[in-house]
Formats: sequence, C-alpha cells, structure tokens
Amino acid sequence: MGALVITVTSGKGGVGKTTTTANIAAALAAQNAKVVCIDGDIGLRNLDVVMGLENRIVYDLVHVVEGTAKLRQAMIRDKRLPHLYLIPAAQTRDKSAVSPSDMIRICDELRTECDYIIIDSPAGIERGFRNALAPSDKVLIVTNPEVSAVRDADRIIGLVESEQKGPPSLIINRIKADMVKRGDMLSIDDVLDVLAIDLIGIVPEDEQIVVGSNRGTPVALDEKSRAGQAFRNIARRLAGENLPLMDLDKQDGFLARLGKLIRPGG
Amino acid sequence: MAVSIAIKGIKEGLLVTVGDGDWAEAGPTLLEKLREGGEFFRGARLVLQLGGRALGAAELGKLRTSLGDLNIQLWTVLSESALTGNAAKALGLETSLPKPPAVTPELPPIDPLEDGSEAILVQHTVRSGRSINFPGHVVVIGDVNAGAEVSAGGNIVVWGRVRGTVQAGINGNAEAVICALDLAPMQLRIGNAIATSPKRRGKPEPELARVKDGQVVAERWKPNEREK
Ligand SMILES: Nc1ncnc2c1ncn2[C@@H]1O[C@H](COP(=O)(O)OP(=O)(O)OP(=O)(O)O)[C@@H](O)[C@H]1O
Ligand SMILES: [Mg+2]
Repeated sequence: MGALVITVTSGKGGVGKTTTTANIAAALAAQNAKVVCIDGDIGLRNLDVVMGLENRIVYDLVHVVEGTAKLRQAMIRDKRLPHLYLIPAAQTRDKSAVSPSDMIRICDELRTECDYIIIDSPAGIERGFRNALAPSDKVLIVTNPEVSAVRDADRIIGLVESEQKGPPSLIINRIKADMVKRGDMLSIDDVLDVLAIDLIGIVPEDEQIVVGSNRGTPVALDEKSRAGQAFRNIARRLAGENLPLMDLDKQDGFLARLGKLIRPGG
Repeated sequence: MAVSIAIKGIKEGLLVTVGDGDWAEAGPTLLEKLREGGEFFRGARLVLQLGGRALGAAELGKLRTSLGDLNIQLWTVLSESALTGNAAKALGLETSLPKPPAVTPELPPIDPLEDGSEAILVQHTVRSGRSINFPGHVVVIGDVNAGAEVSAGGNIVVWGRVRGTVQAGINGNAEAVICALDLAPMQLRIGNAIATSPKRRGKPEPELARVKDGQVVAERWKPNEREK
C-alpha cells in the first residue's frame, strides 16, 4: 500500500495548518522517513515559504495535473532533509484547476515512493478542502482554543465523518497556559468535550514559530523549542508510537497538569 | 336413482348428509355404507343432515337402534323439517351443532404511526453545520452540537447534550415537547414559542421542555415523580 496520506485541515483559517504541515513533515523526515508535502492551497500558496523553498519552485501541482510537468519535476527537495519533498501549489491559478480525482491519482502515483504524503488543506469547506480530503487516509484537524475555531472544527469533523474517512485526530494549537489558568481561554477539556475525537497533540503558543516560519526553518528542527517538541511528539504518534500526552508534553509544569485532563492514548 | 349419501369427519363427529330420495331406500343404504366402513366408524358419534326430509319418531328411533348395533351413536339430527326436528327432540337427540365459541373481539391494532407521524433515529452526534429536518419525531442518540439544527414536526428526544438549535412542532404544534439529558440549546422553539437557554447553574439534568401558557418551560425530569 505504501505511503500514509495525511490531510491537515481546520475549517477556520489561520489556526496553524501550514505550520503544522511543515513541522510534522520535517519531524518525520528527520526520523528518516521519506515525506512528500503537497500544498493544497492553490492561489494562496505559502507552505513553500514556511519550508524555506519558495525560490526553488519551477513547476507546481497544476503543471502536474495539466501534464506540463512530470511529478518528479514538481517535487522540490528540502535544503536540509534529503528525504523531504514539497509539491508546491500554483500561485496564479484558482482551486478549480485541480479536482479530487486528480489528487487521488497523484497520491496513488506517489504512494509507492514514500512513507508519508502530507497535504496542507486550505481553509473552508470548498473545492480546495475537498481536493485535500479526497486521497486522505488520516485526517488531522487543527484548532485553536477558541469558540469559533472549535465550531468550525466540529463542522469539518462532521464532513470528514460523512465521507467515511475514518476518525480524524485533533491538534490543539496555540494554547496559552496563563490564559487557561485565568479561565480566559478554553481548556483542553472544554475543546475535547465538544469535539469528542482523539487528541494527538497540543502545541503551545510560541513566538519561535513566527520566527521559524519567516526564516523558512520549521521549529520542529530546533531541539530546544517547546512547540518544536510538541510537533516532534505528534510525528512520533503518527508513526505509531504510543506516547502518552502526559509524559512527553511536560516541558513545564503547566502541560503536565494539563496532561492529567487528557485521556491517555491520544 | 340411488340416494346420495356423503360421509365426512367433522370436529364434532361423523357428518352424514343424506340426499333427496325415498327414505325406504336411503335408510338401508346409509346403514350399508356405514357397515362397509366396519371398524373405521365404530364408536363414532353421528350428525345426520337430512335436509328437508320429513321423518317421524318411529323411523328415527329405528335408525338409532340399527346404528347402535353398529356401535355408532346417533347424536344430532339436522333438518329443515319441523316434523323431523320435533321427532328428534322427542328422542332426546340434538337438533343443532354447538355454536363455535364466540370469536374474541380483536384488540384494536396498534397504530405504528402515532399522531400520523413517523420518527427517525439519528445515531450519532449532530455536528456544527449539519441539519436534520423531519416531519415526524426525531430521536438523536448523541449530542446536538452548537451550530447544528434539528427540526421536527413532532417531538425531539436527545439522548445526549443539546447545544445547537432545536425546533419541535414546526407546523405550529404547541403540544410538541423536546427532551434531552442536558438541554442547553442556543435556541429552542416549540410551535411558535421561542426561547434561549439561561446560563446553567450546577450539574446538567435531564429536562423536558414544553409550552405552557404560550411560554416555553423546561421541567427537570425526576425519576420518582409521575408526569402531571
Ligand atoms: N503555536 C503557535 N504559536 C505562535 N504562532 C503561531 C502558532 N501556530 C501558528 N502561528 C502563526 O499563526 C499564523 C497562521 O498560521 P498558519 O499559516 O500555519 O495557519 P493556516 O491555518 O495555514 O492559515 P490559512 O488558513 O490562511 O492557510 C502564522 O503567522 C503562524 O506563524
Ligand atoms: Mg495555510
């Protein structure tokens, strides 16, 4: 069967899908897995920027779909990690240039050549989301501890369930310990209470993420970064490791305490 | 022409139907037929259907004796003739078969569509952006999340939490009810009455919402209290 196709999606925009895609991909590739990222956000591409590969783009996904380029030609190899590739989105086209069946075909072609295919979905529930979902084996829902983001995640989960894609897993991004403590932010429990799906990771708010994105260096490659550690843990869980959230996310006392609230096995 | 004699087993015994014709001929033919049956008819109790033929007590009595010799009991004589009927009675014979036991009146069939409306069962959580709309009743096993909508012509029952919008009795039926294990909807409508949830204090409890005096009221379900 080959690669596992992972789709990173959220419903709401700006919650951290692209950041998550770049970091999980880097973390998996750093463990020697062969990973191909596909930027599914046609017209608003930015995975290439976050991965620091924008100046290497010659061909993109639309070229492949239209047959102007071979799949291999559109795969850009990462600067640091030899097993990591990106298939960028077209900047000048719109989402209708690619169909769900194109995505299935392209992923099927890649499946035998790599271990993971990670698709960065655009926000929303339109064509771009459908494209990103179509070939998926595993859906990761990214949300923030905010009512509106959780509401949209719920909506997406409903759509994923109705497509019979199997149970999606949840990443809660941008959690701030002090705000949760003051009751100004939804807690992990509040979010899980509504969404009731498997939690695969919690990523703290971390300025280094913004810095890393601007430099094109995912924080997952920074041993000292807390957010980087969180993404590395998610990657290990995706690879099948049974890391309890409570043990591995406790870089500080806060997450250890949070961990107690979380069902194990996530 | 020979008199027709039909012999048939019935629930009550042996039914012998004697066709039209001279009794002087029919009587012996009947006995002859039964004698031919031999062992088969021994001990039988006989119901004699004589149609309109008129027979007196003497003739019936003689027949009874002859049948007795064959070990067959003459039990009942069915006849349209008053003479025959009276003769049979005089001999202490039955003149009609016992009425079949009165058929027990059937229970009214259970109407599977109470109020003329069906129900649907939704066996999963209704998530944001989903809507369920049904002219009958709606039963959800799971939650109705914020951003989801459930509307029913009849009642809504949720075995779970209600956070979204629920509307029962959408065609103006103010008798409709909405019940849930935890009822804290964004908005709730029954018939034409609309309510929003007040902030909850304390633990959620099963509740049933209905319209009273034009207002939606939610009553807690208490296991020991009967519905008023
Ligand atoms: N844990 C975090 N801490 C701090 N900043 C973050 C974190 N996660 C994401 N960000 C920042 O939030 C912004 C949005 O992130 P990102 O682009 O990954 O979201 P997205 O879901 O892909 O957005 P879009 O829907 O537009 O594609 C970026 O500037 C990113 O650097
Ligand atoms: Mg993005």
